Amino acid sequence: MKYTEDHEWLRVDGDVVVVGITEHASTQLGDVVFVELPEVGTMVAAGDEIVVIESVKAASDIVAPLDGEIVAVNDTLADEPGKVNEDPLGAAWFFKMKVDDLSALDDFMDEDAYADLVS
Amino acid sequence: MTENQRLPLHQFHIDHGAKMVPFAGYDMPVQYSAGVMAEHAHTRTAAGLFDVSHMGQVVLRGADYATLAAALETLVPVDVVGLAEGRQRYALFTTPQGGISDDLMFANRGDHIFMVVNAACKAADLAHMQAHLAPMGVSVELLQTRALLALQGPRAGDVLAMLDPAAALMRFMDVADLCLGGVGVWASRSGYTGEDGFELSVPADQAQALAQILMENADVALVGLGARDSLRLEAGLCLYGHDITTQTTPVEAGLGWAIQKTRRLGGARAGGFPGADIILAQIENGAPRARVGLRPEGRAPMREGVVLFACETGDAPIGQITSGGFGPSLGGPVAMGYVPRDYATPGTRLWGELRGKRLPLTVEALPFIPANFKR
Repeated sequence: MKYTEDHEWLRVDGDVVVVGITEHASTQLGDVVFVELPEVGTMVAAGDEIVVIESVKAASDIVAPLDGEIVAVNDTLADEPGKVNEDPLGAAWFFKMKVDDLSALDDFMDEDAYADLVS
Repeated sequence: MTENQRLPLHQFHIDHGAKMVPFAGYDMPVQYSAGVMAEHAHTRTAAGLFDVSHMGQVVLRGADYATLAAALETLVPVDVVGLAEGRQRYALFTTPQGGISDDLMFANRGDHIFMVVNAACKAADLAHMQAHLAPMGVSVELLQTRALLALQGPRAGDVLAMLDPAAALMRFMDVADLCLGGVGVWASRSGYTGEDGFELSVPADQAQALAQILMENADVALVGLGARDSLRLEAGLCLYGHDITTQTTPVEAGLGWAIQKTRRLGGARAGGFPGADIILAQIENGAPRARVGLRPEGRAPMREGVVLFACETGDAPIGQITSGGFGPSLGGPVAMGYVPRDYATPGTRLWGELRGKRLPLTVEALPFIPANFKR
């Protein structure tokens, strides 16, 4: 698992990257009440705001960590946004993307580096 | 950068898992480890304990209550003179243009008036009262050494009655002195959640003792500002600076009920407060716009600032959301805002622009959740 400075986790699954938010991010957000996901097939660039996530208190965005194409989204989050608080590292993945170059993941933090960031 | 002020229970909140945020110049608990949803639900089903010590507690003194009341009536459009001893009432400071410069609660405590005003407005309120009431022989004192706790929810009455049976005798908007586990408080049976409950003014150095006594009851849990906001929104209650401002009149805001007959045209003490001509004319003829409840049809919350339209496409905006978010008891998004009178009928379908898209919402009667007061 790799981590971004935007508190996203990235997991390689075959030739796609699965993206979600970290436990730290989900705790900071508070109770999540709404998630809006991108369309499958969307071409995205790193830094694009592609997911809207709203907690009881505020709205925030999740950005694309890399250039690529959205190949799957977790539709269950639309009906059960609370999953983001219950299981942020598992059931509450947001989207899967096909990236041009998987080796780009090496530039992101590993678990220890991320733990340092949020400590 | 100016440091936020710390309230008497600052460390107590941190020790109980609070997430502290700046609010109106104070470090305030926005939520505890339970989270906003659970804290909200707890207040609707049991009893939530809120620290609202940031609010301004003010005492007005003068020759007697009648003198004090007559003086205060020059600043607020409500019947102060006719308020019985031991009773509390909602009021508004109005501006010469008919706007609202703060909303407040005041109580007739016999030889003095006890008032609670909003934190963000308290310096201005104090200056306003000192300028206008001091020449009329009224002293205005901001109490700096008292904390204010609110215990809100259907179990609040039983929790306090176990500590002082006199609490059970209080009705909605009564005030009384209670002794709770050895701590003397000025209690009012009121609050800002739509639930039955109490606000307890306590000497700052006894605030923690009082909080601990209340927390010993299993029905009581700490609740932060986040749930306070969602509770008052579901209850259709205005947040000063958002739903009511110097740019909104009491009549537009749907607060005409707070202006008793005796202060209206034809009443014994009609007018005589700032903006009376505008406000009283609006009571007679209606205001051009109205504060309404709004239920977005989808799941996306529509928050303060969302612009409202009469149609899905084209046309100029007709209004704006002034408070909005997620209503935990309603299980969906909920909002309030201002629209022209013609669009204010419950059932009217409007559109709110969110992230460049127009999404439908419906005008709904307020409150969204019926009040649960012990009248």
